[in-house]
Amino acid sequence: MDVVLWGVLPYLAVVILVTGTIWRYRYDRFGWTTRSSQLYESRLLRIGSPLFHFGILIVIIGHIGGLVVPKSWTEALGVNEDLYHFNALFFGTIAGIATLAGLAILIYRRRTTGPVFMATTTNDKAMYVLLVGALVLGLWTTLVAVGAGHDAHDYRETVSPWFRSLFVLQPDVDAMAAAPIQFHLHVLVALLLFTVWPFTRLVHAFTAPLHYLFRPYIVYRSRDLPAGTGARAPRPGWSPVGTRDRTK
Amino acid sequence: MRVMAQMGMVMNLDKCIGCHTCSVTCKQAWTNRAGTEYVWFNNVETRPGLGYPRRHEDQEKWRGGWTVDGRGRLRLRAGGRLKKLLTIFSSPVQPEIKDYYEPWTYDYATLVDAPLGDDFPVARPKSLITGEDTKVTWSANWDDNLGGGPEHAPFDPIVERLRAESNEKIKFEFEQTFMFYLPRICEHCLNPSCMASCPSGAIYKRSEDGIVLVDQDRCRGWRQCITGCPYKKIYFNHKSGKAEKCTFCYPRIEVGLPTVCSETCVGRLRYLGLFLYDADAVTAAASVPEQELYEAQMDLLLDPNDPEVLREARAQGIPEDWLDAAQRSPVYALAKKYRVALPLHPEYRTMPMVWYVPPLSPVVDLLTEQGHDAESTATLFGAIEALRIPIEYLAELFTAGDTEVVDGVLRKLAAMRAYLRDITLGRDPDDSIPASVGMSGEELYEMYRLMAIAKYEERYVIPKAHVEQAHDLEEMGCSLDYDEGPGMYDSGPLGEASGRPAPVAVETFHALRQRQTSDEATTEESLRGRVNLLNWDGNGRPDGLFPKRRS
Repeated sequence: MDVVLWGVLPYLAVVILVTGTIWRYRYDRFGWTTRSSQLYESRLLRIGSPLFHFGILIVIIGHIGGLVVPKSWTEALGVNEDLYHFNALFFGTIAGIATLAGLAILIYRRRTTGPVFMATTTNDKAMYVLLVGALVLGLWTTLVAVGAGHDAHDYRETVSPWFRSLFVLQPDVDAMAAAPIQFHLHVLVALLLFTVWPFTRLVHAFTAPLHYLFRPYIVYRSRDLPAGTGARAPRPGWSPVGTRDRTK
Repeated sequence: MRVMAQMGMVMNLDKCIGCHTCSVTCKQAWTNRAGTEYVWFNNVETRPGLGYPRRHEDQEKWRGGWTVDGRGRLRLRAGGRLKKLLTIFSSPVQPEIKDYYEPWTYDYATLVDAPLGDDFPVARPKSLITGEDTKVTWSANWDDNLGGGPEHAPFDPIVERLRAESNEKIKFEFEQTFMFYLPRICEHCLNPSCMASCPSGAIYKRSEDGIVLVDQDRCRGWRQCITGCPYKKIYFNHKSGKAEKCTFCYPRIEVGLPTVCSETCVGRLRYLGLFLYDADAVTAAASVPEQELYEAQMDLLLDPNDPEVLREARAQGIPEDWLDAAQRSPVYALAKKYRVALPLHPEYRTMPMVWYVPPLSPVVDLLTEQGHDAESTATLFGAIEALRIPIEYLAELFTAGDTEVVDGVLRKLAAMRAYLRDITLGRDPDDSIPASVGMSGEELYEMYRLMAIAKYEERYVIPKAHVEQAHDLEEMGCSLDYDEGPGMYDSGPLGEASGRPAPVAVETFHALRQRQTSDEATTEESLRGRVNLLNWDGNGRPDGLFPKRRS
């Protein structure tokens, strides 16, 4: 059972995430959007959306710090267990609550503003369940750790080694199996969220427009588009009629 | 010097009768789809008035276009790249649907379905946003013909500014003397701030003809372009979650046809043609002090008869027939040769490419009403001097407040009237009239031919896209044929209008024809199972080869 959950499932999720994203990008570039509803309602969105998005960005940075950086490294830098733990829990709790509060505002807005609710698809609702689930469970693990104080479970000796071992293709199943139940649930819901990611509106995160910082303001593009950038690439069976010199 | 070609438009406001035919035909052609109900690529505003969306010219509020910072550098008014990325999660100054209007339809079915009774059934207005009953309280041209003038017109941002500047009580007497129509489309600017605001880089300017388009496959719905455009001519399709804008009817322009709004214009007031401009000089021209912007924009336009310009243009690969079209261009003639067409709000620094001949008719109408001879130069010139408020209003629209330029244009139009009256009545033409506006008699007569006779071939000089490029245009995915379009099979699993577009081709030809001729609404099923005749091997009768027999 542990092998399936912590040895097989993560890879399955990653495969679906990657192939799904590639497929979606090729098949449905027109549907790849934030699907903003700001046109309908702006007041609540202006509070909820930044709260959620900035919160989740901090949460992501925190996860990378906790999962990727080995314990020995931070200790080598002179950060002891207590200091690390305090920081992680302190910022983790704040960011987690901000994210959850933002999401709560957004969901409230979605439910109570007529046009926004009308524009909500089943796909959105399912995605929200997973997103809220992952967030609540994550915050729960943090709060349990806060409550336990010094005796809190040190995930950097179970979850983190397991996470890193996934990348070298030798999953440390036993380490993860030793973590308490709240970590198990959080990871499982998160894996599920990653699995459905390419098929929801969450894909907009993958096209975060960071290149905007570097591109020129004015974009010229020729009508003569290179194949592939337009709505569709030329497909077999549709080669143009004409002699060779007339068709390029 | 980097010579580029730009399709431009000139509208002669004297001829606009405010019939909204351009808006309606444009809407039928481009935006009669779900998600774009409130979208008017072309709209006609009554001035003075609020415009559409309401008070869009108030850039203190909407932060559109460019400004120049302390060091004389061009900056987006809404903020630079970093600020845009940091505020991307909720666009700070995006207009909401209430700033446009809530689109509606009527519950027509009750007119037919209502049970027999004593009362007449009523078709109630239903919101197209919520589907609920609604009250119709605003629309795209609610203040048409100064309707509700005293209530709305004082909130026209230009009226507000004029009042603040002149510090005098402008009563609404000027409504009685002064009103005109302003049709607006996307300006297809040389220095578009929508494009600069787009985080995804989805908005681009076509290097062949300068038409500004939104790549629907790259747009991610960040909405910054809506803030960026000072003319508020980029709209958000609330179904597909993408930005849409006037396309300058590029599929028509490519085959040499005028845009739908131009073709259907009852007053024949629109002109289409090419400008040649120096692309390397655009940023510098857009950065000059406000009062010099009009002249700077004129300097960008290159003389298509100048041998050096022609040599550079050929070096840039602009084809001969395009250069020929540029030489015959009516928009170049009106904008630069005769200098009677002016850009809309040059102070936004976007270098707009849809130009306007300001209206002389309010002046003429007033003189006629008062019993003066409205076709003599002396009275007209006198009236132009006397009617300060209309002139200042026009100057705020077209020259960033410089009344001298507007004055000059109106004098030319007045001179044309007076000069041509003599010719029409068989009198000796008075050469002092053209001289008083710095033109020769022949020039004035040519200008009259272009503006008053305005033959179809002279109004529209549109070079075709080239044959050697034509194969790229075949089966090109039309970015707008989604919802309700022939290839549209309802919502995909990934949200509204997801999936690939279906080309308008053989498979859909019959479906289209059937749809247009049948009495019943087309069902989704009837669009499926079409046979691609080009791939058909000629054997048998595959499903869908013939329409189903009517029973």
